[in-house]
Amino acid sequence: MRGRIATRFAALKDAGRGGLVTFLTAGDPDADTGLKLLRGLADAGADLIELGMPFSDPMADGPVIQASSLRALGAGMTLAATLDQVARWRQENSETPLILMGYYNPIYSYGVARFEDALAAGVDGVIVVDLPPEEDEELCLPALDAGLDFIRLATPTTDEARLPTVMRHTAGFVYYVAIRGITGTAAAGHEEIGQAVARLKRHTELPVAVGFGLRTPEQVGAVGKIADAAVVGSALVQIIADHLDDDGRAKDGLVGAVLNQVRSLRRSLGTAEGSNL
Amino acid sequence: MARRLVYNAPMQKNSYRTGPDEQGHFGKFGGRFVAETLMPLILAVERAYDEAKQDPAYQAEMDDYLAHYVGRPSPLYHARRLSAHFGGAKIYFKRDELNHTGSHKINNCLGQILLARRMKKTRIIAETGAGQHGVAAATVCALFGLPCIVYMGAEDMERQRPNVFRMRLLGAEVRAVTSGTGTLKDAMNEALRDWVAHVEDTFYIIGTVAGPHPYPTMVRDFQSVIGEEVRVQMMAAEGRLPDSLVACIGGGSNAMGLFFPFLDETSVEITGVEAAGLGLKSGKHAASIAGGRPGVLHGNRTYLLQDDDGQILDAHSISAGLDYPGIGPEHAWLRDTGRVNYVSASDEEALEMFQLCSRIEGIIPALEPAHALAHVAKTAPGLPADHLLVMNMCGRGDKDVFSVADRLGVTL
Repeated sequence: MRGRIATRFAALKDAGRGGLVTFLTAGDPDADTGLKLLRGLADAGADLIELGMPFSDPMADGPVIQASSLRALGAGMTLAATLDQVARWRQENSETPLILMGYYNPIYSYGVARFEDALAAGVDGVIVVDLPPEEDEELCLPALDAGLDFIRLATPTTDEARLPTVMRHTAGFVYYVAIRGITGTAAAGHEEIGQAVARLKRHTELPVAVGFGLRTPEQVGAVGKIADAAVVGSALVQIIADHLDDDGRAKDGLVGAVLNQVRSLRRSLGTAEGSNL
Repeated sequence: MARRLVYNAPMQKNSYRTGPDEQGHFGKFGGRFVAETLMPLILAVERAYDEAKQDPAYQAEMDDYLAHYVGRPSPLYHARRLSAHFGGAKIYFKRDELNHTGSHKINNCLGQILLARRMKKTRIIAETGAGQHGVAAATVCALFGLPCIVYMGAEDMERQRPNVFRMRLLGAEVRAVTSGTGTLKDAMNEALRDWVAHVEDTFYIIGTVAGPHPYPTMVRDFQSVIGEEVRVQMMAAEGRLPDSLVACIGGGSNAMGLFFPFLDETSVEITGVEAAGLGLKSGKHAASIAGGRPGVLHGNRTYLLQDDDGQILDAHSISAGLDYPGIGPEHAWLRDTGRVNYVSASDEEALEMFQLCSRIEGIIPALEPAHALAHVAKTAPGLPADHLLVMNMCGRGDKDVFSVADRLGVTL
């Protein structure tokens, strides 16, 4: 049976446009608001949803996503609570692929065997920043066996010799990290991204999503033409940070502001006629 | 004294010195848990280090700087007054606080910067807690004319002001880290973020036996000069091996350096001393073995202070150098095998030893080895007079005088 991720990318291909992948941290700035955001993303135009598993020490993230992780943890978010939110949301949305993204320690602490709970909750794939192919036996292989796509990051430093290693156990799609750096920093050039995507395509049949450093509808629209999907994270999370009161609580209008931005990102990717995508 | 990077004692059947395996694992600990952006570079560091180890020119260069720049070998000193004070074991200090820059950290920094030069890297980054590693990194960068950026927690910059000034004098840029809790773990996160953004030209000099493979092994090898010297010096002084070894542990580099050459000497009892802060029961401590469980952080699996959800907890210790919620993966393995005994000493105990050692031996210890001394104080009285105990005096306390004065209510 084809999973939600493959089905969605096939539909995007038929529709002739690139997909929008949105990243938010689960439970940011608090559990209720986080769940409202999650519930609104698909209708606002997110084709795939990446949900961050909050972690105290997000080494590959810039200040914006670091802060979102700390806000979520401060509000009591845990991995179990994240899975619970996914399960509740999944009852209302059976089609949109959802990918958990984060770091290994909360999963290791939860228990790799128990992590199959994610599948039951309605999670389709997982991205774990600090699990390179060298550590595939930890989670990648058990996850694949259980039926979760293990989505790998490829980076500008992943050279030709290493690409086959990176692709070997990758499933769902390949996430191309467009910059040498952490999330939310400067964007790479359009031409450079195009060349990188072409290079990846020589090594894989899987769709390629591009992320890190994409902020504006213009950037997303451009990347949508050369890759299968564009990922936006920090720029959305920043809107959350901009809508907090002095005590760090969500102000009215937070959810609407984030979802409005998702709509304009989505519009930049165009709509194919005769398709509900 | 001739030295070798890896001590070449005859291999024994059940050796504790064969780790790590090719994937960088010590038992289930260690590994390479890093982002893909760093992975090719980590592999390049491993290849470069493997080549350097085989290159006599590299070792000769190390030996030359260790002898003439660092001042090795450091003395093995019989602390007569302290031995008499405790009234038991014959206590020796391995005087690594007499090294250039005032701690054992320079041993490792020299090894790594010579490797960085072989790899043609032109920019150096480091993290620091107490500032001892930062000072050592800044020093070797000055020695070789390389730019140096040191990440240091904002809180640590406050309690280790003298070292911040020293690093700046040496030409390093000290960047205050305010993310997270503003201590050593956050400084390491920030250094890793810098590295991800500058993989082409930058070498990360990690200060302890932690991080992704090959760092725990590499740092251990560079620090093993401590234990190798002790072996030779003790044979010269007493005609036999020591009976016990004691060292303090944050990440655990001074301890690995002292312990490693003796791991297969079953007659040698080995003890590592973690920082118990305000007490293990208080929850405010840095004893990751006594109060933590296995987890993955900063590139390796090891014992970590963490909550039920796998979120890393803040460590606490009066000593900024021990204030880390993890421990090197080889220590984690040595703990599980039972070869090394891990205990802890509190802030109060360390503070008492800081003063006692200053008065009785005329040696102001850093707060870090003052923890090791606290364990010596507990055990030495019960040991026979012919028991040879070696404690690693891994750093001097000049850097701590402001914070200790503050703690004792003295205004300087």
